[in-house]
Amino acid sequence: MRRRVAVIGAGMTLFRRRLLETGKELSFEASRAALDSAGVELKDVDSVVMGTAPEAFDGVHMKGEYLLDGAGGVGRPYTRVYVGGGTGVFIPIAAYWHVASGLSDVCLAVGEEKMSSVYPHPQGAFNSIFDQQLERPLGVNLVWIFALEMRRYMHKYGIKEEEIAEVAVKNKGNALAHPCAQLAAKITVEDVMKSEPMVWPVKRLDISPPSDGAAAIVVASEEVAKKLTPSPVWIDGVGWNIDSTYWTDRELAYPLYLEKAAKMAYKMAGISNPRKEIDVAEAYDPFDYKELHHLEGLQLAGKGEAARMTAEGITQRNGELPVNPSGGLLGVGNPIAAAGMMKICELFWQLRGEAGKRQVKKDARTGVAQAWGDLMQFSSVVVMRSS
Amino acid sequence: MVPSRHFPVLPRQSIWEQIPMNDGIAIIGFGYSGFARATRSKSYKELMFEAASNAYSDADIDVRKDVGSFVCCEEDLWEGTSIADEYVPDQIGAALRPTCTVTNDGLGGLATAFMQIRSGLADVVVVEAHSKLSDVSSKDDVARFAYDPVFARDLASDPLMLAGLEMNRFLHESGNDREACADVASLNMANGLSNERASYGGRSTPAEVLSSETLAFPLTALETSRPADACLVFVISSDRLAKASKNQPVWIRGIGWASSTPWIQSMDMAHAAYARLSSAVAYRMAGLAEPKADLYEVDDTFAYKELQHLEAIGVCGEGTSGKMIRKGCFSPDGDIPVNVSGGSLGVGHLVEASGLHRAMEACIQLRGQAGRMQIKGARSAIVQAWRGLPTSSGAVAVLEAE
Repeated sequence: MRRRVAVIGAGMTLFRRRLLETGKELSFEASRAALDSAGVELKDVDSVVMGTAPEAFDGVHMKGEYLLDGAGGVGRPYTRVYVGGGTGVFIPIAAYWHVASGLSDVCLAVGEEKMSSVYPHPQGAFNSIFDQQLERPLGVNLVWIFALEMRRYMHKYGIKEEEIAEVAVKNKGNALAHPCAQLAAKITVEDVMKSEPMVWPVKRLDISPPSDGAAAIVVASEEVAKKLTPSPVWIDGVGWNIDSTYWTDRELAYPLYLEKAAKMAYKMAGISNPRKEIDVAEAYDPFDYKELHHLEGLQLAGKGEAARMTAEGITQRNGELPVNPSGGLLGVGNPIAAAGMMKICELFWQLRGEAGKRQVKKDARTGVAQAWGDLMQFSSVVVMRSS
Repeated sequence: MVPSRHFPVLPRQSIWEQIPMNDGIAIIGFGYSGFARATRSKSYKELMFEAASNAYSDADIDVRKDVGSFVCCEEDLWEGTSIADEYVPDQIGAALRPTCTVTNDGLGGLATAFMQIRSGLADVVVVEAHSKLSDVSSKDDVARFAYDPVFARDLASDPLMLAGLEMNRFLHESGNDREACADVASLNMANGLSNERASYGGRSTPAEVLSSETLAFPLTALETSRPADACLVFVISSDRLAKASKNQPVWIRGIGWASSTPWIQSMDMAHAAYARLSSAVAYRMAGLAEPKADLYEVDDTFAYKELQHLEAIGVCGEGTSGKMIRKGCFSPDGDIPVNVSGGSLGVGHLVEASGLHRAMEACIQLRGQAGRMQIKGARSAIVQAWRGLPTSSGAVAVLEAE
């Protein structure tokens, strides 16, 4: 029953702190770029999948319906999927089942986020993600709980802030080669250490910025993909998993839900030894420690070992396992649902050898992209292969 | 089929192909909780737990072992929580399992489950949707926030404004009259008297419906569905498990969903274009040359919507629905039984759970378990859902029991 599914086009907008375009316009620009890249028109699209994170950013109820026309959904089957920060890498998974099921030949998958509508800062909107009775009264925000997780991770494996800062240095540096990047910079570990503490041990340069932006891909069945391009990039594995809501009861040092999501995707893709078989990884990096955390959950590093891998240069763009050659969320920016899609776009370009100055040194044939969301509780994983 | 200015194309013929019944996907169990104007003694999590437990026991599955994926249907602002999907896993047995949210009506969730199974990603998928509207103290404000913040929200100081406009346009173009809409409200509330799940069953004559308070001219209060609380959980499976199910499986023969424009300024207010397209897709998949079924559960968020939807999905021709309801065609003992359950006007409106509720009422009929409401020998049903104001999105499912 299952059909093979490929990505045949990708496109994205600039990622910026404040863009003048509306969410509809951002969706349109990314969709248009993806369709152009695939060489198809909107009339060729059978269905549309949209991903975008909280309505609280835009102050629009049923935000998916609002964004519908920008994403090309008028007159078609249109669905919005939503798994918090994990949405970006979940959009291609939903597009996958639209096509693999045989119900669509061509599906347009769009991720959009406009965080700048929230004044003075989107962290205010994030208070509403917490439990109404138990947590909101504490005045919590995301940096607060991620600081707890970072601290737990450092404590459990004896990792130093300086080792974690290496990730920010690498990703912001990688982003210098990304034309859409918001916070590309050449910085040092010392710069990170000296930056303003937000919630200890998280400092300003440990965090990705709030951003506006959109990214899109065109997904097609094998038959259509082979007609349209000599180099489709196959979606060979998908996985997703959610853990309990009660994050206060969980071991925060290791993302078990991600291990399960990754294993689901690897099994589907026939990957038994991810560390050997994955050539390039786009791991979710809204904070620098998250890249390390996620490499471990993705089974690309042993528990507590990702910092050493980073120190050894293995995850550099010219390394043995390039991680976030795009520049990641730390460098390119973090318009939530669009940020995950940016990672899918990057794999598409890397696996086709079209990443230009960002192209990894090794011959990359298999890549993995991952995003993370909800209350430190959800992960989505996609494995892609070149032809 | 009614031509529509804004909806020129159908999906290409190469897709949405007919699915043979023996290669199908079926509803093997369902459960519910709530169905009251307010469920004050239970939280939404408790409602979800209760409905899920009922569904798993009805389907005779072990949720820890048998389920491959969970799909929840919800919208943040109705939940009062951003990223509301954070709060779903524990009470439905989904912790550390593949679980996602579609911000859609429950029928959209059913479509998602359908695709996941057809893709081989899971053999058994659980779909959940709920309404806890009794917790929402500012329903009108939430509804208003669905309007475009720049171009439409200021016009929608009362979010029902659009329903009044649309009703006017529908009646004008179709030639139906206000009395027909009042007949719908009167019939559905009366049908609700036979449904133990109905919060608003009652006897109101069409004249009483017409003379009830005008909410947005010409729409009156009794033509407008009122809120209720409920949770519904469905268990969907591939044919492999469906055939071994202890229950009579209800096959999803066809399912379609579609959207028209989000711009209220350019909506085709006379014709529910989303319903027309989604029904065309569902019928094609089910191999239905014409929309014939033993019963119909269609969206009646407002009384006029039932008539508009019946015409859009081809159950009756344009402008004929009013005459048909007057003749009693849509009554439980008529030729085309519509909303025998009482629909949203009789049972109460369940926001994103509305479509799943309509599907469940159809399943209960197809299993022959509808008691006083039972349509004798019912074997097939057409279910249609709409996402509510100000959207033009909806879905249609064709259900069949062997």
